[in-house]
Amino acid sequence: MGVPTDLRYSKDHEWVRVDGDGATIGITEYAAAQLGDVVFVELPDPGSTLDQFGTFGVVESVKAVSDLFAPVAGEVVEVNGELAGRPELVNEEPYGAGWMLRLRIADAAQLEQLLDAPAYEQLISET
Amino acid sequence: MTEAQLHHTPLLDLHRALGARLIEFGGWLMPVQYTGIVQEHRAVRERVGLFDLSHMGELFVEGPQAGEALAGALVTDPPALPLGRAHYSMICQPDGGIIDDLIVYHVTAERYLIVANASNAQVVSDTLAERLDGFRAVLDDRSLATALVAVQGPLARTVLGPLTDVDLEGLRYYAIAEGQVAGVPALVARTGYTGEDGFELFVEWSRAGSVWTALSEAGAGDGIAPVGLGARDTLRLEAGMPLYGNELDRDATPYDAGLGRVVKLDKTGDFVGRAALERVARDGPARRLVGLAVRGRGIARHGHPVHAGDRATGIVTSGTHSPTLGLPIAMAYVAPADGEPGTILEVEIRGQRVPAEVVPLPFYRRAS
Repeated sequence: MGVPTDLRYSKDHEWVRVDGDGATIGITEYAAAQLGDVVFVELPDPGSTLDQFGTFGVVESVKAVSDLFAPVAGEVVEVNGELAGRPELVNEEPYGAGWMLRLRIADAAQLEQLLDAPAYEQLISET
Repeated sequence: MTEAQLHHTPLLDLHRALGARLIEFGGWLMPVQYTGIVQEHRAVRERVGLFDLSHMGELFVEGPQAGEALAGALVTDPPALPLGRAHYSMICQPDGGIIDDLIVYHVTAERYLIVANASNAQVVSDTLAERLDGFRAVLDDRSLATALVAVQGPLARTVLGPLTDVDLEGLRYYAIAEGQVAGVPALVARTGYTGEDGFELFVEWSRAGSVWTALSEAGAGDGIAPVGLGARDTLRLEAGMPLYGNELDRDATPYDAGLGRVVKLDKTGDFVGRAALERVARDGPARRLVGLAVRGRGIARHGHPVHAGDRATGIVTSGTHSPTLGLPIAMAYVAPADGEPGTILEVEIRGQRVPAEVVPLPFYRRAS
């Protein structure tokens, strides 16, 4: 299972792609595989603000429900509407079409608390 | 409990080699999934799946009074079973609460096989032993000596047929026969917990590996897939079959669960729970088990409250996303008046009320 090197990761298995003061957020391939077949994703409304490491939604697989945690704080500018009809994108393309939301980063310094790809790879190899 | 304290089935190494994810279930280390619940579920609905159910309890009751003793111990009437036939049964407390749900097979004239859930196998064994006291019948608990491999799905007969000397075409639903599978002595039963045609094979512990491997190889061309407990749960839920610990427990009577037909109040002689169950049969149960099709967003899960307007009416016992129907389904206990099909109720999912329609069970019935 490859871990993209251009992303940052939380210990809760979310990824962040930073683009200026914007960030795209999703869950990692490892997290998606652990959940199994995703059948429902509940995301916040655009305009809502998220705290770092606070919950922003839930993802349900056939088997169970799991909370989603924001890796950085910010204001939600867009959510992935495709997931309402095709939640399986989270399993199929976790780093691509399975993205969950975009937000405006409130405090770029928070990114320093996240893991880089080698550190995240280390984390999942230990679990 | 650590892995070392859990029971292991004789197929555990095979599951590991297949890449299964393992979980604790009823005191056993069991495969919950191999490739994914939905894929495994579809394999059983469309082709054929292979299950390791060696965690189930196998209790043999033998002797000239075996049938009579069981008639007093269970809510059904095992002596009425023709040789080689089986029925669904329950063992109840004196107050009518369900200790476990069971399959009873009449194997030979004086020999019955009782299959109990893994988590209840010990208590069923102990309770039966007590209830057989005074009868010329003995209990032989072979749970840790008998492996159970199930082959389920529309192609189950195609796959199993060439490997066995049992006449599968002549073996009726809920029937059992002795024979061989892949050269291994086996009890071959046409039973299952998936809503599909299929077979359950009881074999000696040490021979389970060769039976599993023979079936895997014989079914390769038909797309046979190993299936874990995850898909076993979605399959049984679509088929409207209760799961002990979810729909059934010691606070539930068979009538609550809509299974009053299982209780043979017209059999002669007393049985444990009779007086209490006669009362429930006469007065009606206080709640009713229903199917729900969730009409909003989200998935109803075990323990979610159910409302009828402003009134709390019950609780969800099982819920999932149905792979076959493509929508969230659930079973729930509700007040009897709220249980008519077509009634719109609400399930409380993480604080949000989501509409759900009462629908007839099962959710899925195979084309026959």
